[in-house]
This record gives sequence, structure tokens and C-alpha cells, in this order.
Amino acid sequence: MQLTVWTYEGPPHIGAMRVATAMEGLHYVLHAPQGDTYADLLFTMIERRAKRPPVTYTTFQAQDLGRDTAAIFKDAVAAAYARFQPQAMIVGASCTAELIQDDPGGLAKALDLPIPVIPLELPAYQKKENWGASETFYRLVRALAGSPAERSPREGRRPACNILGPTALGFRHRDDLIEVRRLLDGLGIAVNVVAPLGATPADLVRLGEADFNVVLYPEVARSAAQYLEKTVQQPFVDVVPIGVGATTRFVEAVAALAGVDPAPVLADAPSRLPWYSRSVDSTYLTGKRVFVFGDATHALALARVATHELGFKLVGLGTYTREFAREVRAEAALNGIEATITDDYLDVEAAIQAAAPELVLGTQMERHIAKRLGIPCAVISAPIHVQDFPARHSPQMGFEGANVLFDTLVHPLMMGLEEHLLGMFREDPEFHDGAAPSHLGRGPSGTAGAVERAPKTPPLASAPVPSPIPIPGADTVRTAPWAPDAEKELKKIPFFVRGKARANTERFARERQLPLITLETLYDAKAHFGR
Amino acid sequence: MNAHAPLPATECGVSVRAEHGQRAVFCGLTGIVWLHRKIQDAFFLVVGSRTCAHLIQSAAGVMIFAEPRFATAIIDERDLAGLADMNEELDRVVTRLIERRPDIRLLFLVGSCPSEVIKLDLSRAAQRLSRRLAPDVRVLNYSGSGIETTFTQGEDACLASLVPELPEAAATDELLVVGALADVVEDQFARLFSDLGIAARFLPARRAGQMPPVGRGTRFLLAQPFLADTARALDERGGQRIAAPFPLGAEGTTEWLRAAAEAFSVDAARFEAVTAPGLRRSRQAMAAYAEKLAGKRVFFFPDSQLEVPLARFLSREMGAELIEVGTPYLHRGHLAAELEWLPSGTAVVEGQSLDDGLDRCRAARPDLTVCGLGLANPLEAEGLTTKWSIELLFTPIQGYEQAGDLAELFARPLERRTRLEV
Repeated sequence: MQLTVWTYEGPPHIGAMRVATAMEGLHYVLHAPQGDTYADLLFTMIERRAKRPPVTYTTFQAQDLGRDTAAIFKDAVAAAYARFQPQAMIVGASCTAELIQDDPGGLAKALDLPIPVIPLELPAYQKKENWGASETFYRLVRALAGSPAERSPREGRRPACNILGPTALGFRHRDDLIEVRRLLDGLGIAVNVVAPLGATPADLVRLGEADFNVVLYPEVARSAAQYLEKTVQQPFVDVVPIGVGATTRFVEAVAALAGVDPAPVLADAPSRLPWYSRSVDSTYLTGKRVFVFGDATHALALARVATHELGFKLVGLGTYTREFAREVRAEAALNGIEATITDDYLDVEAAIQAAAPELVLGTQMERHIAKRLGIPCAVISAPIHVQDFPARHSPQMGFEGANVLFDTLVHPLMMGLEEHLLGMFREDPEFHDGAAPSHLGRGPSGTAGAVERAPKTPPLASAPVPSPIPIPGADTVRTAPWAPDAEKELKKIPFFVRGKARANTERFARERQLPLITLETLYDAKAHFGR
Repeated sequence: MNAHAPLPATECGVSVRAEHGQRAVFCGLTGIVWLHRKIQDAFFLVVGSRTCAHLIQSAAGVMIFAEPRFATAIIDERDLAGLADMNEELDRVVTRLIERRPDIRLLFLVGSCPSEVIKLDLSRAAQRLSRRLAPDVRVLNYSGSGIETTFTQGEDACLASLVPELPEAAATDELLVVGALADVVEDQFARLFSDLGIAARFLPARRAGQMPPVGRGTRFLLAQPFLADTARALDERGGQRIAAPFPLGAEGTTEWLRAAAEAFSVDAARFEAVTAPGLRRSRQAMAAYAEKLAGKRVFFFPDSQLEVPLARFLSREMGAELIEVGTPYLHRGHLAAELEWLPSGTAVVEGQSLDDGLDRCRAARPDLTVCGLGLANPLEAEGLTTKWSIELLFTPIQGYEQAGDLAELFARPLERRTRLEV
């Protein structure tokens, strides 16, 4: 037994639902007790889908257990077929139905429906959501695209590929797909089938017609692509095009498989990220300590973007996807750190605290951890909440995705700077809480307006940005008094870094148990903490 | 499946029909999300699967991070294969939990579908752990499984597990109000009862050590319609239920209070004097919404058992028309007064066959459909205006001061639809 408050992943049948809901013309009959329909609202609420997921639940209850739950299942399959007339069905059991040991595959087969009915074995007590999605997609591909297809000769036609991996409830899958289609289009490559998202079972039958496969999310689609490589001799690319470097490698790899020239797509600075990152305003990002956690695909990609494309320093890297632990460990080793492979958010919290980052890139959960610790944060991976299924175009992949990433990763830091300045302005005589904004003249009553307005015209961002991480136990330790000359010198420091200088000096004095902060202490501390 | 066995109509001319089939409802585990906030030193440990943990996480939303007092002990393959002794595993998990949260005084082991199906005896585990953790922590158990409970029935099961533990009442001059209410609502009712001269206690209490006593002759008033097992457990301790409608809307609140006042022989003049200000305010607050809801045709999908009292409120005080009132379970005794108040001929459907219900809803094209979050957006996309029902459990809706808010919850989606021009 494992004590759990939060789970990064749902049970495997949720993964199967993500595949079924992504597709058209497929229906999923899930042998499950009353209550398991809660999963519908992940799709209708978080992803705001306008249709119910194509899932029929048997919703058996206690009084049914004494009777024939197998009959309930068969009735549900027959009724779902009659009502929805799908091209194919998948059938399986949720965790509880797994225990009562009805055989969904056998029962459905006995009905002898005139469509493919694909049984799923999803061990709910061993595996999780991403594995469920991968297995479901693999089973579908195996059942429907199994026979080698006749591919027309390459001469006289455009090369064609399949795009594999995007699902329902996937983090930015909708917009990633748009960007990847744009890249392929620029290369002159036709897209044969995109799956699971938007595909029908009939489309899966046509998978073999493509020359090669593009795997966008290895967690979901790598095993299906490996199967297709083996059975229909389709090579695949699984470079995840997140970040400028990875997108460039992706374009080159795809172009190589297709036998086309990647140069036109890569010409003319296709992303703004490199210039934005080089512009002097970004200098203060240098060496920012960043902690990255998420699914393996996004954690790996973002670790590389953060270090190679924004100049951050990676101080933590981890994933909850155990299937990809080896790759994440290798990437962490390249950065001289040890990977955090866990699905326990308390372990992640401990790792974040130990690494003392200035920015956290993670899931919805790391967002909350970072909020608690007062560290800026951006969300880069599922699990996510409703705000991360935005209305606007916001891909992670491709060159536009890189632009989005630059903004996403820098924005919380600017906000962090703003927040810090806000704190310092508050202590400054000109900007204390009670002071009215200057353009309003001498207002009789102080409003918070002054405090809110102040950071909107921040001083140049080249000042070293102080870290907002609290020092544990700092409040309880006595701080040495300031000598008058040291106090006077402190006032000469520009007000927007004065607070930081004061805090650093006092911390320095505390750690050394100095009885008095002198002029010398001030500069010793500056030398000690200087970057 | 889908057998529509007609039941004899009740005396009041309401047609009640049972329906069987696919049910789109929450399981009783969901009750934890509001119960843990009510009993401030209780912890709810679900013994279940990853699905159970995922459900609570989905239902609890962002609350999961404010050091919540609920968690799941996830059964894994080692437990099922017998490699680990499940009782030892449970003891280990509970020990770790209590070490981490020494402020906990009451621990509920909450059964789930997996734990029920493998017949893990949580009641014995609760007794064993109670002995071990006494006197600091009491351990109780109940089932919130989907196979046994629907949504709010989780609260019923929880409160029913508390009843045998309640202290014995010495006298019978106290009123026991049963059902978790928002603190603000509970305080309002406490003031009203006090003004009426009735000493009232509430179940559940806000702290484990302050649970109300019960004994032979204790009169209790249900504040929620989904408390069948709790009422039965109170009966077994000698309690006497005061029959009343539920305190939703001005009328429901007044008659609910009146039932208690009559049971405690409060004189009519005093009753009028105490209730008049609230009654006046509630009518004033509701008036603005009655205009918007009058004549609107409403369809209820089953969810919480609050449907019948809510339908009664919408029909009698808001002038709405009822197309169908679905409820997961209908306690004919506890809802007798409510059923009587429904307009003659109202179709009440107990249970569910989801696709058939959707067919009827689409055919009727109601002005307002009250349903769960799995159905709400899909129905909106089909052009139907919906009110998601879970909010009615998390929002204070009972009593005089909330009557306007309750009406507003139903009026708001209609208002929104008229506002949006895109």
C-alpha cells in the first residue's frame, strides 16, 4: 500500500479514454462500478470538450455483484454498438472490474459484432495512465494496421508520413500538431494519418501507406511506431521538437528520412527565441538556477531549452514517468546532477527545497509547491488544470513553440523581479504603502495604487535579481546591529538592490556570529555573495 | 437493463418511476471533499485504488494542496498477490500518517469498490487501530464505494458510522440537527433555534470531541434529504425523527423550523416573531429571480437526492415548470412532505439509464437542465442551458439568508445566455 494525496497519473483506463476520446468512430465499453464516470469531466471540463467521451460504463452496483455482472457487460456492449454504430470498439475493465474477473474480451467476442472489437489488458494495480494510453494505441494499431500495406513508388509523388502521439487531455497537443504540420508542409511532406487525435479506426488501417512515422510523444506512441517499423518497415523519428535546437534536429531528421532539403525551413531565423535570448535584456537570466520536473518528454526537452537556449543552470531534473527514467538520468548526469525519479510529490518538494532553485518548471503540482516556497514557476507538463488548455494558440513544439517557451519561462521571472521590487519599494520612503502615485499629487489618503504602479516602470533588468527563497529559521536568529558608518554606506546603494544588500549582509553577519555590522562586513558580504 | 418498471403513483399524484442502466454519478468517496472541512480534526483515509485517488484529486481541485485531511492508501499488486499482509500494510500506513499529523483526533477508514470486492475487513481494522491509538485517536470506518453509495450517500454512511459512538444523552430537551451544513448556515440556524428557545446541537460537530449526545427520546431534524442510514442508526439509539420538508427556500425553511417548533411546543406568536425577519428578507431576495425563472421548463438529472426539494423550491417559489426530476435514490418516508408539494403529475425518476435520459432531455428541450459536469458542456454545445449540480453541495443554500443565493444559482446560467452575443 502506498499513502497518496496526489497522483501525477490516473489509472491506465484513463489513458485508454484519452486515446478513445481523441479518435472518431471508436467506442470504449468499460466494465466499471458506479462512480467511475467521474473521468468524463476531465475531458468535458478540463479540456472543455463539447462532446461526451465515447465511453459506455457498465456502472455495476453492489446488488449486481451477486447476479451476473458478465451479462451486464454484454448488454452494455450490445447497447453501445446499437446506439453509436462505431467502426470499431475497445473493451476492458477498470480496477474494480479487474478484481471480479469477468473477461471483457471473451464476452464481447461472444456477441460476434460485425466490427473489430479489441480487448485491452490494463493492469490497474501495476500500471498508470501514460502506459494505458501507449498500450491502447499499440493494441489498436496492431489490430487494425497489422498487414503490410502496398506503398506506391516514391518517384513522382510527395513523401508521406504519419504523425503519432497526440491524444485527448494532452498538454498542448492541439497546437503542437498545428506547428508540426506546418514544418512538414514547409518540407513538402504530406501527412497521411494523424493518430490518435482526430483519426478513425479506418484511418488506422491506412497507416502503412506512409513512408515513415513521426512520434511526437514517445510516452504514447513509441511502442506503436516500433511495431510499425517491424511489421511494415516504416522508420520513425522520435526527436521531440521542443526548443529551437530540438526543432532543428527534428527538421533535419525528418528531411533525411523523406529525402528532402531541410534548408528552406531552417533559413531566415524561423524563431525569435535566439535573438530574444541574446538581447542584453536577457543577460540577467544567465546562470538562473532552474528545477525541471514533468513527464519525461517535456522534462528532457525543457532541461535542454533552459540550459542551452536561455542560459539557465539546471539544478534539478526529474520525472514521474518511470518508463523513461534511464534517459532522464543520463540528461541529469550531463548537467552534473542526480535525477529525481518519483511519483510522490513530497519527494519532489524535498528535492526542490534542497536544490534551492530560482525558477521551477513543472506540472500543476510543482506550481503549488513553488507557490508555497515563494519561487517563480511555469507549467511545462501534464498533469495540468483548466488554464493550461488555453483558447489562444500556444504550442510547445516547433519554432512558434520556442517563442511561446521563451515568454513562458521568462514571464514568471519578470514577475519575480516585480514582486521583489514591490517589497523593496514598500520600505522606501517615496514608495511606502501610504504614498499616493506622484501624478495624482498629494492625495489625502494613501492607497495601494502607489505600490501597484511602481513596478510597472522597473529599473533596468540588468541588476542582479535577488532570490525570493526564504532562509529557514532566519527570523528566529538575532541579527547584529549596524554600525552608523555601515548604515550610511548602505544608503548609498541604489534603493532597488538595497534590500537585498541589507539581507545578504545581515545573513553574512549571522552566519559568522559577528557582534556588529561594520563597513567592512558590508563589503565582505558583497564579495562573498557576488556572482 | 433499461427495464422501466412503473411504480404505483403516490397519493399526491406524483408519478415515480424506477430506471436501471448506465449511471453518470459520483461515488460516495466524493463526500470527503466537504466532510473533511466540516469536522476539523478528522482525517479521511480511503483504502482503494489509483482510480479512487484520482477521483478525489479531480473532485477536490486545488484544495488538495492546503494540507488536506484526506488521502488514499493505494492497494497495489503486492497486496493483491498476498505478498504483503494487507492489515499489516494498513497499520503501517496509518502509523506513518498519524506521525505526520499528530493533530488528528478522528480517523475514518473509507472503504472503496476495490476494498469491498476483495472483502478487506475495514471495521475490524478500525477496531484494532482504535485500540492501538487510544485515547488520542478514534478510528471509524464506512464505505464510500461506488457499488454501495452514490455521491451524497457517502456523507450518510459517514454520519451513520458516528452514531453508535455518540455519547448517551441524559435528557431529551435538546434538538439534534443532522447533516453537514456550511458553518455560516449552521450558525444562522443555531441563532434561530436559540431565539425559539430550543437547545439545538448539530451532527456532525466541528470537532471530534464535541459530537452531540443521543438517547431515547432525542428528537432529530434532518437538514439534508440523503440521510437514510443515519436516521435509521439514530432510530436504533432511540431517536425520533421530526418529519419536515427540507430548509430550501423561504417556504421550506419556515416549515422545517415550524416542525421543530411544534415538536418543542414553541408558541405560535413566538414562532412568527422569530421567523418574520428572515422570511421577509428571503422573499425580498428571491423576488428578483422569480421573474427570470417563472415559466422556465427545468429538467433534473439524478445526482445528489437534493433534486426533489430543489424542484419543489423552483416550482412553488420560483414558478418554474418541471419536466422531469431525476434522483439517484428516493426515500419516500423522508421526502413525503416534499413529494406532496410537487405539482400533480410531476415525473420523478429514481435511478438512471443515461442514454435514455439524454434522449428524453433532448426531446423536451428544457430551458434549464440541472446535471453533472460530465454532461453540462456537451449539453451546452447542443444549445441547452445547464446548471451544474455539484455546486449545490459546495455552496451554502439552506436557510432564509441563502434563499436568494439559491435562486440566483439557477437564474445565472439563463441570464448569461441572454447576455452573450457571440
